[in-house]
Amino acid sequence: MSAVVSPLVVEGVSKRFGDVVALDAVSIELRGAELFGLVGPDGGGKTTLFRILTTLILPDAGRASVLGLDLLRDTWAIRARVGYMPGRFSLYPDLSVEENLRFFASVFGTTLEEGYELIAPIYRQIEPFRDRRAGALSGGMKQKLALSCALVHRPDILLLDEPTTGVDAVSRREFWDLLGSLRSSGLPIVVSTPYMDEASRCDRVALIQQGRVLAIDAPEAIGERFPDRLFAVRGSDRYAMLQALRGYARAASVFPFGDELHYSERRTDVAPDAVADEVRDFLHSSGFGDAEVVPIRPGIEDTFMALMGASGAAA
Amino acid sequence: MTPAIDVHGLTRRFGGFTAVDAITFHVERGEVFGFLGANGAGKTTAIKMLIGLLAPTSGSASVAGFDVISQAEDVRRHIGYMSQRFSLYEDLTVRENITLYGGIYGLGDAEIRERGDALIATLSLGGAARERVSSLPLGWKQKLAFSVALLHEPAVVFLDEPTGGVDPITRRQFWEMIYAAAARGTTVFVTTHYLDEAEYCDRVSIMVEGRIAAMGTPEELERENGVSTLDDVFVRLARPDGAPAAPPDGTSTAPRRR
Repeated sequence: MSAVVSPLVVEGVSKRFGDVVALDAVSIELRGAELFGLVGPDGGGKTTLFRILTTLILPDAGRASVLGLDLLRDTWAIRARVGYMPGRFSLYPDLSVEENLRFFASVFGTTLEEGYELIAPIYRQIEPFRDRRAGALSGGMKQKLALSCALVHRPDILLLDEPTTGVDAVSRREFWDLLGSLRSSGLPIVVSTPYMDEASRCDRVALIQQGRVLAIDAPEAIGERFPDRLFAVRGSDRYAMLQALRGYARAASVFPFGDELHYSERRTDVAPDAVADEVRDFLHSSGFGDAEVVPIRPGIEDTFMALMGASGAAA
Repeated sequence: MTPAIDVHGLTRRFGGFTAVDAITFHVERGEVFGFLGANGAGKTTAIKMLIGLLAPTSGSASVAGFDVISQAEDVRRHIGYMSQRFSLYEDLTVRENITLYGGIYGLGDAEIRERGDALIATLSLGGAARERVSSLPLGWKQKLAFSVALLHEPAVVFLDEPTGGVDPITRRQFWEMIYAAAARGTTVFVTTHYLDEAEYCDRVSIMVEGRIAAMGTPEELERENGVSTLDDVFVRLARPDGAPAAPPDGTSTAPRRR
């Protein structure tokens, strides 16, 4: 196969609802069987994009193809070959685990037995509860059932809208492990999340905010787009230190970041260690005797915030 | 001075199942405390006891200086509660929500007006005071819900996954509001599934199967476990056998297609 067709191409897709621009000329292209993340806050347009790609709503402008099929012309062919897990739990709570699976298989003209091999690694974890009503499952188990239902007809691409929202950290990690295995077996996956820490589990991510793509890259490369120098500041009185640093003349931005503060400034003509020393001296002289300042590599959240500021999208 | 939250051997059984198993901890006044645990670890049961909604089987607890068993009504009057999803009425306006909650918390009309004005000014919500809450962006809703939970100046405020789903800048604005409240002496008790959110707390505890398996500053817990994030600490504790439920990438047990 020399003429490799990208499993997903989105070109300049826009969608508006009344005055609200949900998607503003979004372009994305998958490179084969990637685990591709759409990362951004609620209301950013992630769900609208999924609804367009699953042919549930039409874009106002732009083009898209899924598995080489045109969104407008090949609607029915796309539907048969896509596995979609919507953001809200969308299974039948009054049907059992197994009944849900059989139902979804039958809708796609297949059977649970035919799809079993593909879903087995996931389904086996909930199979002991196959007679339990889906509504009575824990969050982590519901999510595994929903993924099984999205996979049972052996789709050629998976579209998952915030599959890990509301699920505890252990189940989330298991779920991302499962997605990694599926991707390795050759299945392209597009998955959305509002949680920046999950972006590192993807091959590439698109950062999305207010309907616009801020950046597309490998997670480790996103940090390199941070425009300034970044430093981590540690000390006992974080909140007072934050306020003091905001008043420091050289500060470009100061944000709380877990149990640290992240401080950035524009100067590039001074060595990072020298800047760190200056900032530390400032904090020491301001009464924060235990303050420590070290240069750090920016992460996805740092870059996201910088790009939000640059695009004027800050709330 | 008594701690803001003081818990000794707190236990709750349901039939033969021990949901909360003799937990002991305290939270200082003005502290931001993260109360963590996997689904089913006993967090919700513990919180219901702390806010006087569920009687313990044994043990004792005080919140804001009041005993949760004998003074449950006083406890409820001195706490605030915010859940990301449920704490505001979407069909009421910003101002109506403030008035409603002010009334529920027993404030007088003049107090409600004054504190409502101050709240709306602080959040720069002036233009939206007559808008329905359902029309506000999620980040504004969260900030408003938090401010409303503080309207009666409670000693302790309980926050359930306070910053889910918002952009990273709004999320930090929210944490600055939490820090500001703590700096004024309000004790903040946070539950969340998101361990990167828990990193913002002064101290955290992690519940596993009804017990507190770890407690300390995020840095202490990371150091003790030899890992760099609370997420890693959590997964180690919540799955002590270390057996992954899913095969790692690329192994022969990976799902096969066709």
